[in-house]
Amino acid sequence: MAQISLNVNGKARVVDADSSTPLLYVLRDNLGLHGPRFGCGLGQCGACTVIMEGKSVRSCTIPTSAAQNKRITTLEGLGNVAHPHPLQKAFIDEQAAQCGYCMNGMIMSAKVLLDKNPQPSVGEIKQSLNGNLCRCGSHLRVIRAVQRAANSSVKA
Amino acid sequence: METKTISRRDLLKSTGILVVSFSFFGPIAEVLAQGDGLSVDGMDPTVLDSWMAIAKDGTVTVFTGKVELGTGVVTALAQIVAEELDVRFDKVFMDSGDTDKAVDQGVTAAARTIERGGVQLRQASAAARQELLKLAAARLDSREDMLTVTDGVVSVVGNPARKISYGDLLGGKRFNVKITATGSGWDMKVASQVPVKDPKDYKIVGKSIPRVDLPEKFTGEFVYSQDVSVPGMLHGRVLRPATSLSMPADVDESSIKNIPSVVKVVREGGFVGVVAETEWAAIQAARALKVTWSEPALKMPSGPDEVFDYLKNTKSFKENLVTNRGNPDAAFSQAHKVLEATYYWPFQLHGMMGPPCAVADVRGDRATIWAGTQGPFRTRDAIAKMLNIPPKNVHLMYREGSGSYGRLECDDAAEDAALMSRAVGKPVRVQWMREDEHAWDPKGPAQYTTVRAGVDARGNVIAWDFIDRSFPWTASEGNPLLASSQIGMKPTTPGFLNGAGGGGQIYTFENQKVLAANIPWVQKGDWPLRTSNLRAPGDLARVFASESFVDEIASSQGIDPVQFRLKYLTSDKRISEVLIATVKKAGWTDRPSPAPAASGTKVTGRGVAAANRANTMTAAVAEIEVDKSSGEITVKKITLGHDCGLIVNPDGLKNQIEGNIIQGVSRALMEEVQFDSTGQKNLDWGSYPVIRFEQVPEIEIVLIDRPEMQPLGGGEPSIVPITAAIGNAIFDATGVRLRRTPFTPQRVMAALKA
Repeated sequence: MAQISLNVNGKARVVDADSSTPLLYVLRDNLGLHGPRFGCGLGQCGACTVIMEGKSVRSCTIPTSAAQNKRITTLEGLGNVAHPHPLQKAFIDEQAAQCGYCMNGMIMSAKVLLDKNPQPSVGEIKQSLNGNLCRCGSHLRVIRAVQRAANSSVKA
Repeated sequence: METKTISRRDLLKSTGILVVSFSFFGPIAEVLAQGDGLSVDGMDPTVLDSWMAIAKDGTVTVFTGKVELGTGVVTALAQIVAEELDVRFDKVFMDSGDTDKAVDQGVTAAARTIERGGVQLRQASAAARQELLKLAAARLDSREDMLTVTDGVVSVVGNPARKISYGDLLGGKRFNVKITATGSGWDMKVASQVPVKDPKDYKIVGKSIPRVDLPEKFTGEFVYSQDVSVPGMLHGRVLRPATSLSMPADVDESSIKNIPSVVKVVREGGFVGVVAETEWAAIQAARALKVTWSEPALKMPSGPDEVFDYLKNTKSFKENLVTNRGNPDAAFSQAHKVLEATYYWPFQLHGMMGPPCAVADVRGDRATIWAGTQGPFRTRDAIAKMLNIPPKNVHLMYREGSGSYGRLECDDAAEDAALMSRAVGKPVRVQWMREDEHAWDPKGPAQYTTVRAGVDARGNVIAWDFIDRSFPWTASEGNPLLASSQIGMKPTTPGFLNGAGGGGQIYTFENQKVLAANIPWVQKGDWPLRTSNLRAPGDLARVFASESFVDEIASSQGIDPVQFRLKYLTSDKRISEVLIATVKKAGWTDRPSPAPAASGTKVTGRGVAAANRANTMTAAVAEIEVDKSSGEITVKKITLGHDCGLIVNPDGLKNQIEGNIIQGVSRALMEEVQFDSTGQKNLDWGSYPVIRFEQVPEIEIVLIDRPEMQPLGGGEPSIVPITAAIGNAIFDATGVRLRRTPFTPQRVMAALKA
């Protein structure tokens, strides 16, 4: 066990964990952040996606030691039901999920995309979400939600 | 979301009547007076208070054994209750899947929740409304037939000042009314004599009310079964042999002595698990622990071909002759021409995105379980049996897992957690790893289907003989789950039958036989690959066979596939109407398949299929492109028509249909469990691919609403015609018929070269 300093959702946090622990378990079990989810532990499905230094990363394969002092944003860092982020609002408006288990990865990957490319084409949205799996088949709604978020940011 | 829950029994012990209810929708709902109707089958369904309670503020809390699986069904059930009670939708709170608070309405499965559970709740609500009107009549000194209800307020017609709310009438008190309830589970008929609202007066049912669960799912505030955490909780992981059950001949605990915070290696019969203080330690320990497994009693087949041979050549233990019209044997002997074909369907995974997870707290002869099971009562009973304690001593609280499509009817993780909790005397959370789930998911069974048709000299189909040979669900009700099996409980049945729908019953042929044969798969108390119900069980393969074969007959006669179908599609006007509406929307033009030969590497085709799954009618048109140089199939567009009677929530239904189509395309194009005699080969998403964003087709949906009918299921029927429609489109594009799924590039190339 070691004391590891993290910067999560704008707050400095210190956790007591084995430094080889994948970031996912520290976020979920030590910090109670349940937005990122365990899907495969292999970096294949995207359910555990978080944003680290502006890039989307798979928290299930990154050792916590590698996240030390990096700026990390989880789904909780975007907004909540009372005050949703425009992207979360767009997902609600499009009813863009069924079970919702993979949606953390969809929203976090879309956030990184829109930060870099505020007006992506459908092809660009598909390409940037292609590594995120969804078994319920909510893909088309997710695409519409990302488009809606992009459009709302233009209007705002 | 708050998860503090006090069990009914604890409260009964202390106060006699109080229940603190946990609401699916949000914060702790209400403290409501509820009576003691708890029996071993959950609450007494003949007591109205078992179904719902009304608080002083008019909030209605509904206690239901039905659970949300990510399909939106709990929102739809709440709409039905709000409609029948005449209260605002946002006044209805669903308390779902708690075995100490709900009536056992059977498992949530087979797209029957609205059709059966919805009707049960509608009738209970109608009975509640009737009782509230009776109370109001006395309070307002009016005749009952002079009363009207708006948003939970009863008033006298023509004198709206004379009014009283449901909350003021009954808030916090019991109805103390008996209602009728006969039968059990899905088949239970509740208050069936109570009149219900005329659908033409519906204001809430039929509206696209947004799902109540979704906002929290987009913010991380939703509590899935994976998120349950209780004080003092430890983490467990399981270790299992590669394939069939075998015993741990040797467990070398010294192999994990350097991993800190391991609490215990749990061994019981063939079960091996590790419990640790942290999740990561449990994962590391499970990976590092050296277990030597004995040689399994049962050998895996050498591969899919051996399984198909076994299906073909093995005597069935149960034959379900679902259609037997006329005299097919005589008709075949008189036929001008006989066509015959065999179709092959592989084992497929449910493929849940989140592996199963549960928390168990076993203390003495009592157990508390939080789990994502599709059958809270079923899982409760399984755990009671495994722990050898009475079912009433097990309190199971449902927490949603990831979409499961039948998989969580066998909630294995809950059993694992219970065994490990008992061993360490503390609450234990168990989540399966990805490879655990790929390997031990009870798969959708392989199927081997043969169809013959006899045609007379004028081209009329005079005989139809359809034989589906498949495996039952070895992990189904009556048989032990995984941990139970490992500690020595033996299967007591061959398994539940894999259905019999989709064998061409939608057509009326003069002489017609449809038979579903179930081949034994439980052997020596074990099974080579576990099986269970996978979304629209058995029907995908049967409709792939029947609807491909109908296309083959139409093509052999040079007739447009839609026109050919309509000639025989006389069983029910709803099926012909949904087909006509679908092809019209798809812009279908009459011509036979295959399409005239096209030049170039990439050729396009269109295909159609229709199906009746549990009386929901569907039709699909697939538009595809085949790359003849690579064998790659691109599904460009699916148009799907859907008739499930009365539509409760149109957008919720469309969401389900889109999901069914996309999952259907995935299963048609790429999904197959690979194995050889040493075990299963695809244990991750790399080796068992599922559809990705760039492969998802455009979708167009035609909804047919029938308010005069009862609501039917929408959770799975629309996946049924997808494979056949795609297969028919491949034939249309290339003139080559694929009779084995999935339609991988290798299979397409082999067929093109043949």
